[in-house]
Amino acid sequence: MAALVVAEHDNAALKPATLNAVAAAKEIAGEGVDILVAGKDCRAVAEAASVVAGVRRVLLADDGAYDHGLAENVAPLLVRLAEGYSHLLAPATTSGKNLMPRVAALLDVMQISDISAVVSPDTFVRPIYAGNALQTVQSKDPIKVITVRGTAFPPGEATGGSAAIEAIAPTGSAGLSEFVRAELSKSERPELTSARIIISGGRGMQSGDNFHLLERVADRLGAAVGASRAAVDAGFVPNDYQVGQTGKIVAPELYIAVGISGAIQHLAGMKDSKVIVAINKDEEAPIFQIADYGLVGDLFKILPELDAELERRQ
Amino acid sequence: MKALVAVKRVIDYNVKIRVKADKTGVETANVKMSMNPFDEIAVEEALRLREAGIIEEVIAVSLGVAQCQETIRTALAMGADRGVLVETTAELQPLAVAKLLKAVIVQEGPEIVIIGKQAIDDDCNQTGQMLSALLGWPQATFASKLKISDGHAEVTREVDGGLETVAIKLPAVITTDLRLNEPRYASLPNIMRAKKKPITTTTPEALGVDVTPRLVVLKVEEPPKRQGGHKVGSVAELVDKLKTEARVI
Repeated sequence: MAALVVAEHDNAALKPATLNAVAAAKEIAGEGVDILVAGKDCRAVAEAASVVAGVRRVLLADDGAYDHGLAENVAPLLVRLAEGYSHLLAPATTSGKNLMPRVAALLDVMQISDISAVVSPDTFVRPIYAGNALQTVQSKDPIKVITVRGTAFPPGEATGGSAAIEAIAPTGSAGLSEFVRAELSKSERPELTSARIIISGGRGMQSGDNFHLLERVADRLGAAVGASRAAVDAGFVPNDYQVGQTGKIVAPELYIAVGISGAIQHLAGMKDSKVIVAINKDEEAPIFQIADYGLVGDLFKILPELDAELERRQ
Repeated sequence: MKALVAVKRVIDYNVKIRVKADKTGVETANVKMSMNPFDEIAVEEALRLREAGIIEEVIAVSLGVAQCQETIRTALAMGADRGVLVETTAELQPLAVAKLLKAVIVQEGPEIVIIGKQAIDDDCNQTGQMLSALLGWPQATFASKLKISDGHAEVTREVDGGLETVAIKLPAVITTDLRLNEPRYASLPNIMRAKKKPITTTTPEALGVDVTPRLVVLKVEEPPKRQGGHKVGSVAELVDKLKTEARVI
């Protein structure tokens, strides 16, 4: 059994989601876990991958064609490498979800999407219906192409390993697509999918300007700021804040939902958090049914109070 | 230029699903079925391209049991020109769907294929990517903005860190994200008119596609229930509990 994990990165740094996928790969293939770093001028990423604990080998494909991770260019590389592996894995991030089904189709196998548990090397658990049911599936395909739900696998250690880095020949550009530009949100706060604490706002925030109330508490706690789909649809914050079935799936140590009623689609994205706090003026809001600690009241009073209380007790 | 949209019949997004007692799946008897919401966005986008004069015809394809005709009729009522039903009672997984769609596309010759980024039943998020791979076409997934001009599409995509724009050559497959557009409602006259629009029916056998599932579903279960519902009386009590009981801050 050998597994190849596709590294998530921006050519400069290895993204934490990779470590969750490595953890899943280790459950499947034990010591036979390799990491593929495909990018441009991405040697630093390969070096970071080489010290991830328990990794056997790092394959480095450094080429202009892989600069922005275009699926049309990266998929043929994975297809070429597939011969040496029983499993190909990637984090279930937007880049993993974009790439892996293309790889699976070229290999004529089904992908197993967004796995949340490994039962055996060919059997996996995955959420369906926005996490309202769990499906256990067994793959009959010779190669398993898998995306991994990061929140379901505690990340492996980022250091302690000493894998060799092996440069591999690129497959070139497919000539089908080109990167034009990226508009990425800049933030000093942690990323939503890897934050230890998240504080999210919903429609109850009433405006984008009011999010500064959340941000103050977030900075006090070293937390990331998220939002419900209702807040995104209302234009309060950009879509990459969105937590839920149609946004990001998160499972931090502490999730604070503020002015969020608790639509199924939002719960699907955060109900695996360790501790959930709900702050809402409507005591009938469904969010309270899953919250470990609910506080009924006006968020415009509670948030400044919370900020002051945290300051006092720091 | 033609556009092809694929529309899946799924349990309506407002229905609270129930897992069957024998763990073989989810209860679908007497449950309201609708078009997958991401596919509605795909239909809407294709209609807008036609209204902008970029394409001439919108073909709506659905795959599955005979009742998928209703899903096609919904697309026709929104404004699609005609439908194709690939009828089968077999379980269809994304790889098989991609192969069937490819066979239909070879017959119909569209230059733009628009489909939802995922279906809200199996949440697979695979079919568009697989289809473009099988066709050897480019793909633009999770689209929130689409611009077509001389043989190219410029597509803005929703990615984890924000937005990314790619330029792809046509023909291509585009998968829709939520913010691409707001689908229209079908008006009553258009619902009546849709009844007269043509739907052709074919089968996996006629298209020469083996749809044998590659994944065997061993069981479907309910997720563990979360124990919640505790209330605190004040901010001070909340902070106290988080510090001393939950120990998370």
